[in-house]
Amino acid sequence: MKLREIAHSRTGDKGNISVISVIAYRPEDFDFIKERVTEEAVAGYFKEIVHGKVTRYELPNIYALNFVMEDALGGGVTRSLAVDMHGKTLGFALLEMELGERQMQEQLS
Amino acid sequence: MKTIRIGSGAGYGGDRIEPAIELMERGNLDYIIFECLAERTIALAQLEKLKNPDKGYNDLFEYRMERILKVLKQHKMKVITNMGAANPLAAMKKAAEMAEALGVHGLKLAAVTGDDIFDRIDDFMDAKVIETGEPLRELEGRKISANAYIGAEGIVRALKNGADIIITGRVADPALVVGPLVYEFGYSFEDYDMLGKATMAGHLLECAGQVTGGYFCDPGYKDVDALWNLGFPIAEFSQDGSLTITKLEGTGGLVSEQTCKEQIIYELQDPSSYFTPDCTADFSQVSVCQEGKDRVSIHGVTGRKHNGMYKVSIGYKDCFIGEGQISYGGTTALARARLAGEIIRRRLDMAGCEYEELRIDEMGVNSLYRDGISASVAGGPPAEVRLRVAARTKDAENARMIGNEVEALYTNGPAGGGGAVKSVREIISIASILVPRERVHVCVDYLEV
Repeated sequence: MKLREIAHSRTGDKGNISVISVIAYRPEDFDFIKERVTEEAVAGYFKEIVHGKVTRYELPNIYALNFVMEDALGGGVTRSLAVDMHGKTLGFALLEMELGERQMQEQLS
Repeated sequence: MKTIRIGSGAGYGGDRIEPAIELMERGNLDYIIFECLAERTIALAQLEKLKNPDKGYNDLFEYRMERILKVLKQHKMKVITNMGAANPLAAMKKAAEMAEALGVHGLKLAAVTGDDIFDRIDDFMDAKVIETGEPLRELEGRKISANAYIGAEGIVRALKNGADIIITGRVADPALVVGPLVYEFGYSFEDYDMLGKATMAGHLLECAGQVTGGYFCDPGYKDVDALWNLGFPIAEFSQDGSLTITKLEGTGGLVSEQTCKEQIIYELQDPSSYFTPDCTADFSQVSVCQEGKDRVSIHGVTGRKHNGMYKVSIGYKDCFIGEGQISYGGTTALARARLAGEIIRRRLDMAGCEYEELRIDEMGVNSLYRDGISASVAGGPPAEVRLRVAARTKDAENARMIGNEVEALYTNGPAGGGGAVKSVREIISIASILVPRERVHVCVDYLEV
């Protein structure tokens, strides 16, 4: 299952930092997202693009995660050589992340 | 309980005006804000002011102000904007002239200044640049502007003195909303919890259409009705700090829990510490509730004391970027684009081009997500590929070589290249430092028409 089936996202930027939200459509999917979309998984997924630390924050009452990715924008919005210098399209890459299948029990509950 | 209605008329410097005018005409607003100042905009505006002391404010200021002034004839409300950029005083003068010419009378205009600390910036040579960790002195001789993110203080002062149109330079974006709320409800600047709630209102309004369905629609997953007719947002804020986001009936777009959640998190880092000059807001425990069609209430926001410092954005001359693009089509498009990219790399070496970094993109293939993620999403071979070569250089001369080599692929490269373009840009970048608040003095000037 791809992340886009159970979550939506918006991407922002600050200097050389990219910030991607991951928001569960349904509260019951939030734990599964937290289990699979870890700091390590996101850092690995973006290894060709993000060269710094990835920190994950939680906003539990809106069932959302916030990923702060350092050294992610080719030196920063102004001097980046990328077409998308703000990294605005990165959230839609994260939504393509394959999460694997869920345990049957989780699906039922 | 008293409730104030604040509309948002712009989410960035070049935003559309039609939704703002509709909001002013039909929104029964007490205030409308226009947020038009990105991090780098003020540095570019400063360069413009150096060339012409009467300029240096938002490019669309006259265009917007003409429409705004005409509506103010019929509908009374207060207008707060950071369109003053590097020159709020000149913008205020221009607005006063325009009001006279349009026959709009009985208005008090205010210009909030004091954010420009370029005259003092050399006192902070040892300050650490947040982006690089290096001391500010590393940028010696290249700095062109220094503006502090000031808070709501100047806006509140202007409102207390009866201003109808308030034009600022660099203020923290949420301050455009925190200002009127502090003034209307009489909150103390030490009531950090309330300032935190007001900051959320500002944060949700500052990107205008981004909370009403703009930048949101993903057909089949997140649908939005009549996005073409997107309505801009209204925040309703009450004395007790309760906040509801809504939009005009009859406009397109959407105010839902999902649109609000996306905008709440937008450009946050640690949600428990959203730093502003007026307070440090805590959004980590926020919750949202759909109250009706296109009405969402926001709960659980708190605030605590600010950190005693102002963030200062320093614009500096950084580098040049040279770029060229050319397209290839057909079954072997990718192979020819790849060959062309390799040719460019070798020819730039041959020509002795000096660059700090070179990037070669195959647009339509790997320009957004590089190779790994792109391959995992891609289907068959692309029908067309646009080769893009960009390099960061120290000077314009080296930057020009990039586009020239790409253009020369017409007669010197693989078969069938078309649509070559080239450009050279001088890059102004931003370095941020923290400066003690007492080194910044907020000032307000007035004009009456």
